[in-house]
Amino acid sequence: MFASRGEELIKICNDNHIPIWEYAIREEVLLSEVSRQDVIENMRRTLHVMVDASIYAQEQPVRSISGLIGGDAYKIKLYADKGKTLTGGFLNRAMARALSSSEVNAAMGRIVACPTAGSCGILPAVILSAGEKLNNSEDELINALFTAAGVGVIIAKNATLSGAEGGCQAECGSAAAMASAAVVEMMGGTPEQAFTAAAIVIKNILGLVCDPVAGLVEVPCAKRNVAGTVSALTTADLVMSGVFSKIPFDEVIEAMNRVGRQMPVSLRETAQGGIAITPTALIFKKEIFKD
Amino acid sequence: MQDYSVFDIVGPIMIGPSSSHTAGAARLAKVAATIADGKIIKAEFLLHGSFAETYKGHGTDKALVAGILAMEPWDERLKDSFKLAKGEGIEIIFTPTDLGEVHPNTVKFILTKEDGSVSNITGSSIGGGNILIIDIDGQEVAFTGKYPTLLAQYRDLPGVISKLSSVLYEENINIANMRVYRNGKGKTATMALEADSIITEVVAEKIRNIKEMNSVQSINPIVEGVF
Repeated sequence: MFASRGEELIKICNDNHIPIWEYAIREEVLLSEVSRQDVIENMRRTLHVMVDASIYAQEQPVRSISGLIGGDAYKIKLYADKGKTLTGGFLNRAMARALSSSEVNAAMGRIVACPTAGSCGILPAVILSAGEKLNNSEDELINALFTAAGVGVIIAKNATLSGAEGGCQAECGSAAAMASAAVVEMMGGTPEQAFTAAAIVIKNILGLVCDPVAGLVEVPCAKRNVAGTVSALTTADLVMSGVFSKIPFDEVIEAMNRVGRQMPVSLRETAQGGIAITPTALIFKKEIFKD
Repeated sequence: MQDYSVFDIVGPIMIGPSSSHTAGAARLAKVAATIADGKIIKAEFLLHGSFAETYKGHGTDKALVAGILAMEPWDERLKDSFKLAKGEGIEIIFTPTDLGEVHPNTVKFILTKEDGSVSNITGSSIGGGNILIIDIDGQEVAFTGKYPTLLAQYRDLPGVISKLSSVLYEENINIANMRVYRNGKGKTATMALEADSIITEVVAEKIRNIKEMNSVQSINPIVEGVF
């Protein structure tokens, strides 16, 4: 059975001199009773869907079914190409990728829920951008997805990945934590450093509510995917410089779980609080659902 | 503590925007159409709770119709399902309603088939694309469709379950979970049986040949395939 806590997983990795991704693959082979090759090929298909979704809305403006969002990935792509950005082509291209997947999702395109559909932009944007910069092979990107999934399993076991249960911290927060841990392993960091990155990301997003305008996975979700992507990437650098989290990963996840439980229902995906009940949001809602 | 596959976390591959309102809806409708068993000419969807309130914005309506057309939750034709249903001459009706004390994402399917018979199936989308079928033609049931499932309706007489399980034994199919529901002694019983391996049509046919059987359907899990 998959490790229950981060600490346990780090110890297993250290004792066996393996990275998190290797542990996750081995556990998946045991659980699913399919071959290692098939498990890896499944993740390859997953990666291909991610790549397509992260590119599509950059190449043409895409509109969501409600008409509320769309076209932003395209805008950032053009802006990044002009080369006059503040934070550089790398971060701007990562933001464009994150928005592309989120816009494809809102337009009823094909995506990978990772861990959820609402947070589907973060992990692909992070690992594809890092992979491009680090000249990683496709197999290395697949490994990164296993690292991310391994960290996600631990979060799922000790807290939740659902906005309805734990707010946006559980969705975009977990996605960014998983992604940051994956990049740390891509950069040669240790399992302990990978979990450190996940801990720091969660600490920085702790308490974020889930307040979708009109109850749809569009506003503020798409832009929160951008924020999660940036947080994951910058935190990886922070950790690779040698910075550690004062509070261990497992305790941070416990805190996240507790905070999620303390959140009122109005701030957990019900569209009854936060941004969802601002006057402008209510006007959008009325327009979208008029008959 | 629950165990998770890495593909529960990085996955499923699906058509957006919402695992419960879109992917789960498509899955529910696909299972409902399988249970209805026959060419559907009219589908009415009674939408409850969050499904009733936000079905348009989440594409729940398109996903439900796609499922009736046997599409998988990751089929990119999903958003064009209305047009495809029209092409097949299927009449579609959406009715927001209150189904009582059920999960907020619940839908009741009223499916009319070519031969004029009608199937009533109710199910809920319980999160992450997972589903629960809770009622078939007024008979309360509870199964998720996550495992190969055999759904049998038969006359409630001694020995029927034994005959059924013998067929599975002969085919080397292990029963993971089994529940029997009935309205009263000696009347019609409904069994939902979950197995560890796929129940083929050949096996289902053998079970159909048991004389007390009224209807037998094999519902195999939706496994992400090649696209």
